[in-house]
Amino acid sequence: MGGVRFSVIVVAGLVFLAPASPAAALDGAALAAENCAGCHDFSGPAPATFQGVLERRAPDLFYAGSKFNRPWLVEWLQAPTLIRRAGVMFLNNIVNEDGRDRIREASVMPCPAKLGAGEAEAVADYLMTLEDPAMAVGVVDPERDFKARKALRMFTKQLPCIGCHRIRFRKKEMGGISGPDLANAGARLNPDWIYARIENPQYWDPKTWMPRIEMSHRKREMLALFLAAMK
Amino acid sequence: MTKSATVLAGLIGVLAIAAGFAPARAAPAEENYRLYCVQCHGTLGNGEGINQTSGGLAVSPRNHANAKQMSELSDDHLRQAITGGGDAVDSSELMPAWGKTLTAEEIDELVLYLRELCRCEASRQ
Ligand code: HEC
Ligand code: HEC
Ligand code: HEC
Repeated sequence: MGGVRFSVIVVAGLVFLAPASPAAALDGAALAAENCAGCHDFSGPAPATFQGVLERRAPDLFYAGSKFNRPWLVEWLQAPTLIRRAGVMFLNNIVNEDGRDRIREASVMPCPAKLGAGEAEAVADYLMTLEDPAMAVGVVDPERDFKARKALRMFTKQLPCIGCHRIRFRKKEMGGISGPDLANAGARLNPDWIYARIENPQYWDPKTWMPRIEMSHRKREMLALFLAAMK
Repeated sequence: MTKSATVLAGLIGVLAIAAGFAPARAAPAEENYRLYCVQCHGTLGNGEGINQTSGGLAVSPRNHANAKQMSELSDDHLRQAITGGGDAVDSSELMPAWGKTLTAEEIDELVLYLRELCRCEASRQ
């Protein structure tokens, strides 16, 4: 594991050292291959075994173009903030004290990418090309009206979502930590992808620990609109 | 490295099937419990998982290590709770339904695994 840690430091170093040149001259794919591919998978498929999931070091990016909103990527890649409070895989970061599990905070870190503005634009352009052509688009219209109170009740009471995800509602933060923080989901994620990720979590990640939950199209759409409004 | 490992694994799989071995088995119950249940029920199965201790759950997850409480639930009740979620057995909806994620066989094995965790049997069926 020493070698891995060493290369992480080298990779992180390269990100800092990359010269600031005009955006037009930067090749996002090359930047990603050089600085990011040591941790992130840009080609897929996602791990299909428990062992593979334990060894995954960073979120898969091979469908980044379907998943993210480009403006969020450009901004976040310049100063990443923490999204998964329990880390990429919670089992790797648990300590048990007096019979209670908690996360060893020192082993959870945000993405080390700290790109210059031009680099972030170029890498975001590249990431946005990594689409899953099978995903249905135009399913969720983020402008559509929905009942926020009703959606909140679904997310927190009628379905188990709140158990694993943190959200913010009327300035109040609540929720579990084994899944990504969704308080900023609307800025980060494409509404159609939110819908598709809820519809079939295992399509995107066969060994994800989010269950596939049956519900009507209307309810799933309402959850997607509710999350897309979180900014 | 991962690519050649995948190819190799695939090759072994093909050979295994060609040689008449059983095809890929469902994941063992202990592995499934770690991947899907520990996040709420805890590494000790006592209900003190990270989603509970971080304050995420309004209802405490069941203590699977408590022989007295667990013996009051029949195997059928456990199977229904895992398959259909808390809602299916009039418990909290915070207990998710796993029937679309795990196979019936995997859920049966989880029920046996819960009986190992509580070191108990159902007092009635
Ligand atoms: C040392 C390993 C490492 C390197 C190198 C690295 N990342 Fe990350 N990245 C992570 C981890 C870990 C996370 C998850 C962080 C979190 O959830 O808070 C992450 C998260 C991300 C995300 C958000 C993914 C999601 O699904 O939420 C993007 C986008 C991303 N990284 C892009 C990049 C890019 C672009 C580079 C190269 C410039 C890069 N990363 C380099 C480890 C790495
Ligand atoms: C048992 C825990 C669990 C439950 C319950 C759960 N999720 Fe998830 N969720 C996850 C995990 C784990 C991921 C993906 C982790 C990753 O990408 O690192 C995820 C991913 C997501 C994502 C994509 C977020 C992102 O940033 O990648 C959305 C949206 C989402 N869940 C919505 C929901 C909704 C809506 C519900 C309720 C119907 C729900 N989840 C229930 C664990 C859970
Ligand atoms: C999102 C958190 C969460 C996850 C993940 C979770 N559970 Fe639960 N579980 C709960 C909660 C909360 C309860 C308590 C329900 C109540 O008492 O009303 C519960 C209760 C139970 C019960 C008792 C049901 C009853 O009627 O008393 C069983 C059995 C159970 N869970 C098994 C499992 C198994 C097996 C898994 C993994 C496949 C699992 N749970 C995953 C939260 C969770």
